[in-house]
Amino acid sequence: MSRKSSLFVLGLSLALPALAAGVAMDDQSQLTPKPTAAPAGFQPPRESELPDNAFGKLVREGHAIFVDTQTYAAEYVGNGLNCTNCHLEQGRKADSAPLWAAYPMYPAYRKKNDKVNSYTERMQGCFQFSMNGKAPPTDSKVLSALTAYSYWLSTGAPIGKELPGRAYPTIPQPKGGYDIAKGKLVYAQNCAICHGENGEGQKAGAHYVFPPLWGKDSFNWGAGMHRINTAAAFIKQNMPLGKGGTLSDDDAWHVAAYMNSHERPQDPRLVDGSIDKTRERYHANDGVNLYGVKVNGVLLGQGTD
Amino acid sequence: MNTLSAVFRRAAPFGLLAALAAGAASAADGEKIFTQGGSNPAATACASCHGPQAHGLGAAGFPALAGTSSVYLAKQLHDFRSGSRANAVMQPIAAALSEAEIAAVAATLAAMPGPTVKPTSRADAVAGPGAELALRGAWDRNIPECVACHGPGGEGVGTTFPPLAGQSPEYLAAQLNAWRAGTRNNDPHALMGHIARSMTEDEVKAVSAYFASLGQWGAPQ
Repeated sequence: MSRKSSLFVLGLSLALPALAAGVAMDDQSQLTPKPTAAPAGFQPPRESELPDNAFGKLVREGHAIFVDTQTYAAEYVGNGLNCTNCHLEQGRKADSAPLWAAYPMYPAYRKKNDKVNSYTERMQGCFQFSMNGKAPPTDSKVLSALTAYSYWLSTGAPIGKELPGRAYPTIPQPKGGYDIAKGKLVYAQNCAICHGENGEGQKAGAHYVFPPLWGKDSFNWGAGMHRINTAAAFIKQNMPLGKGGTLSDDDAWHVAAYMNSHERPQDPRLVDGSIDKTRERYHANDGVNLYGVKVNGVLLGQGTD
Repeated sequence: MNTLSAVFRRAAPFGLLAALAAGAASAADGEKIFTQGGSNPAATACASCHGPQAHGLGAAGFPALAGTSSVYLAKQLHDFRSGSRANAVMQPIAAALSEAEIAAVAATLAAMPGPTVKPTSRADAVAGPGAELALRGAWDRNIPECVACHGPGGEGVGTTFPPLAGQSPEYLAAQLNAWRAGTRNNDPHALMGHIARSMTEDEVKAVSAYFASLGQWGAPQ
């Protein structure tokens, strides 16, 4: 390890214990993930089963928004992402936050905003944070269509009963803690070919094909994916695309930490323009994250404006 | 547009090879290699099999090259040489090209006009197993949507993910079958091989026909 990086890791390890105290490691929106042990988990309906009527049409509109958010909900999106970048297989894939496991669990209390959220409010949160955009109005066509799509995917699912496969399965943190310098190497070897050397993603024409992982066109500091524990679980499960499960748990953590040690759009909940106050209120007890933490001598959480 | 300098900038990961090629590239004439062949007579003219506009010769399985990333093309030539992409026709040709000639002809081909790709969205309705695989994937077998890497309509993305639209169904099926047979092993991080090996024969045919149908070549100039 170079002298520079060991100094850097030292700095981080000095900074982290205070933050780590009281950190709830189960934090993926308060889920206790249960991986799908059996291959025959919940099966959402097939597209071919969709009825050819007004309901089917609305569901198709929801599907379109979900897989091509850049086109079909452009006015509410402030970055280069699509819903399906995080919810794989058009929101169907078990262990990748499928819609059929989320929809039947709302309304639900969320620590994130300290109130009972409707499913609509939950989706508005996605637009505000993960999509770095603005919440579509409650009565908007976008949310009606996404609700219809989620409802349809949940056909036959029990209400209020947590289904296996709901979350990204949690993976244990490396014994010696995560290492951003190692993560940088993992990134260069496994991720840069699609997401670019600097996490900038890749476009074909006007739209991103490979989503940007940090910087102004990525998710903001308020998104769940800014938590290193959540990103590590996602990466382990799904990356490289089509080869999920091939990275070691440790490497998934290291590379998640590397990704989330970069600047990204500001948390829209910024308190009094203060990173410290925002960390205190929203990030200090939100899993493992680097918002408001100095990395390599630079304070993270400044945003990209 | 791909200028020579852009090509060399993007080829930077090849390091020394690119640096060596850059020094000598001005001496190699990509256009001449394409139409007449390289300085070594074993390096026959690309146009004789790939067509005068490099649109490919579909029925014979010779791929279109026009408009494809120069970095991708140069890598394929190197891989033909090494055998990681086994091909009895291309291996001796690639071996007979100098580094400078590879760089020059790749740049020439990349600068030629590619096909017009029919606009498509992942949201489109799917009919048949080809479109199904392309736009929905087969995730129970860890097959992502083809367009997730090859871009909308399979137009290709960056320097690594080649265009599929505008290729012939014969060529596309031959490549998928080469991965299945293990004669093509040059995919970065083995991203493509496991996908091809998880496909059925019907899917190979259907998805090849699907992407071939999305590209339109302009009239010869």
